[in-house]
Amino acid sequence: MRAVATQADAGATPAFYNEMYQKDGVIRRHYGAYAEWLDGKTTDYLLQKQREADALFTRLGITFAVYGDETGVERAIPFDIIPRILQAGAWRKIQDGACQRVRALNAFLGDIYHGQDILRAGVIPAEQVLGNKLYRPEMRGFDVPGNVFVHVAGIDVVQTGAEEFYVLEDNLRTPSGVSYMLENRKMMMRLFPELFSCMSVAPIDHYTDLLLENLRSVAPAGVSNPTVVVLTPGPYNSAYFEHAFLAQSMGVELVEGQDLLVADDVVYMRTTRGPQRVDVIYRRVDDDFLDPLAFRPDSILGVPGLFAAYRAGRVTLANAIGTGVADDKSTYIYVPEMIKFYLGEAPILQNVPTHMLARPDELRYVLEHLSELVVKEVQGSGGYGMLVGPAASRDELAAFRERVLANPPNYIAQPTLTLSACPTFCGSEIAPRHVDLRPYVLSGKSVTMVPGGLTRVALREGSLVVNSSQGGGTKDTWVLEEQGC
Amino acid sequence: MLSRTANNLYWMSRHIERAENTARMLDVTYRMSLLPYRTPDESWAEPWALPLVITGLATAYYQQNPGALSSDSVMRFMVLDPANSSSIYSCLQAARENARNVRGAITSEMYEDINGTWLEMRNRTYASIVARGMSEFFDWVKMRSHQFRGVTVGTMVRDEGYRFIRLGTFIERADNTARILDVKYHTLLPSVADVGGAVDYYQWGALLRSVSAFDSYRKIYRDVITPLRVMELLVMRDDIPRSLHACMNEIYEILSDLCEDDSLEPERLAGELHAQLHYGRAAQIAAFGLHEYLMGFLDKLSAINEEINRHFLVPVYSPQPSQLQISAAR
Repeated sequence: MRAVATQADAGATPAFYNEMYQKDGVIRRHYGAYAEWLDGKTTDYLLQKQREADALFTRLGITFAVYGDETGVERAIPFDIIPRILQAGAWRKIQDGACQRVRALNAFLGDIYHGQDILRAGVIPAEQVLGNKLYRPEMRGFDVPGNVFVHVAGIDVVQTGAEEFYVLEDNLRTPSGVSYMLENRKMMMRLFPELFSCMSVAPIDHYTDLLLENLRSVAPAGVSNPTVVVLTPGPYNSAYFEHAFLAQSMGVELVEGQDLLVADDVVYMRTTRGPQRVDVIYRRVDDDFLDPLAFRPDSILGVPGLFAAYRAGRVTLANAIGTGVADDKSTYIYVPEMIKFYLGEAPILQNVPTHMLARPDELRYVLEHLSELVVKEVQGSGGYGMLVGPAASRDELAAFRERVLANPPNYIAQPTLTLSACPTFCGSEIAPRHVDLRPYVLSGKSVTMVPGGLTRVALREGSLVVNSSQGGGTKDTWVLEEQGC
Repeated sequence: MLSRTANNLYWMSRHIERAENTARMLDVTYRMSLLPYRTPDESWAEPWALPLVITGLATAYYQQNPGALSSDSVMRFMVLDPANSSSIYSCLQAARENARNVRGAITSEMYEDINGTWLEMRNRTYASIVARGMSEFFDWVKMRSHQFRGVTVGTMVRDEGYRFIRLGTFIERADNTARILDVKYHTLLPSVADVGGAVDYYQWGALLRSVSAFDSYRKIYRDVITPLRVMELLVMRDDIPRSLHACMNEIYEILSDLCEDDSLEPERLAGELHAQLHYGRAAQIAAFGLHEYLMGFLDKLSAINEEINRHFLVPVYSPQPSQLQISAAR
């Protein structure tokens, strides 16, 4: 039986940063122990492990629902059995940079709903913030507990060189995926326990403990033993598995809107012992659907009166209402400025240079270079409504040009980054595939992270789109402790 | 716990139990249909009509299959028909949906088990079931139900949720035993005079087997099967796991744990029904008439179910602030 072939055998000099191999084909130091283990493993062995993982994920029900799929089929996100390995130094940079961003973004949100110093200082045009449809005037002058708006953030980071990282976007509303980060680790420990005994992989399991601790720390003033719940839109939401997973891991109730009621600005859940008071809601329902009395009146997912209870300070919502204005792609470009303005620090992680198509000169440039750029909707997410220029056909380019011209301010454009690639098992061989990373930042009493994140991988050769809704998969992410073995 | 959660847990175990009971009943019917013996001439007592009569699905079946009564069509209807909400397929699907709705409230092993059962069920076709043998399939359903109960008992914290799961199991089981006993007993009565004959032996044997009590009967009585003893075994004895008495022991105990000062009615009703079985005698019931007794039993069981709904699973309370403050402070 032949040992599995890896990319280094090909000896090509790829135009992207390969996380495992140096340009000369030598294995990078932090992949050394893993490569040694992998050496001599057969394709059949890996295939068997891959099948075992796929079967387990399906049986465990670790799935997501695909929107637009009428059969309502749940699919397991493709999982790759080869870990993505980060050395301690690289991780420290990501961690420091992501925490710094979240501190600045929290300060920004507190500011724009209070004194608006940053607008008055002219660092960000007032119109950009106040004219944004995700800005919630209802939140003005409201003091959120602990001044925390973003309790859970997902900061999407891509790597282009050894210590070269860019932040692709900040997810400050209801970022998802953390359950896959945790389940992927469990799966790897089940499949390859021997690897963990010889490599010092930093543990991440305490994520849900940290989350619960943070949520309890932002309870309304005067509540000594707060009741925390997770609010889900229900079993048909694509991230339902994650909502249930988080509630279960924290040991709290998973509630739907119909389980809650508000009386005298206090939120209760309907229990077998009568109404029980709720103090902190980790909500995975969008702002618009939270309360039909305050926002969209047609929402059946929400709780009438919830916003009034929130404004009265009788219940805490995590994340706070109105954070969307800060993770909008047109606000993104100002984050480095925010870091300087609020923290007086230089940004640790760089932004991707971004063109605002609302500006005529930038619009002209982008239209001339459409085939080289990535164009995204300002408020889009999930990889929907985006154009990857170099991968697009002539017709797709022409069609997208029309869409951009119809409403230029709705779009931004960025250069096509050559994302780093990680060795990935493709059924018969191991080949490099492009990856990104979503680490999660928790804010409560302090701003913390667990050493890891969700690595998303574009499984199609050459593809740069990693979203699970667009055929991407995931990998376990290993941050190596300082001392190796 | 959340009322919605309790409701899902309760129905999750009822659906699993119902799938198991249907499998038991069909298995016995199937075996009976292979024998050369027939019961007296009532057409509804045809072996393949019995599962429909017992489950109350005869009307639904005949609407779908006018005039036809064949093993094939009854099996399809009771095993795989997604339009029949009591088919094994539908019950396993519903149980898995219930579990999925509240997967945070059960252990991951429980979810893994029930999800695995459903995924396997979904891939079965009638042809593949027939090819591997009907009895193999019924055994599979029974074993999956046993396994799920085992995983539940073996992994779940003994909290309120656990009690609602167990409550659902025993309510469904009591309901099933009462129904199966009523229909079978009624069918078999005309042949009381021939006690000891071959037809009788198989018929009574089948009834006992359908509730896993055949071997127990042998062990306890060491004698021929007689109607009175079957009735005593399945109604009065509390050491037979599927008897009415055994089920009511569990139901009463669980409701005593669950009910508080403002929700005593479910406990009272269960206590009343339990006391009849605990202190009554088989001869009294026989004198009263088994059919009448069982009809009364099913009515009371249904009343208990109503009270459980009203107090725990789908409570209706108008959000009157003053009342809320009181109960929240409790």
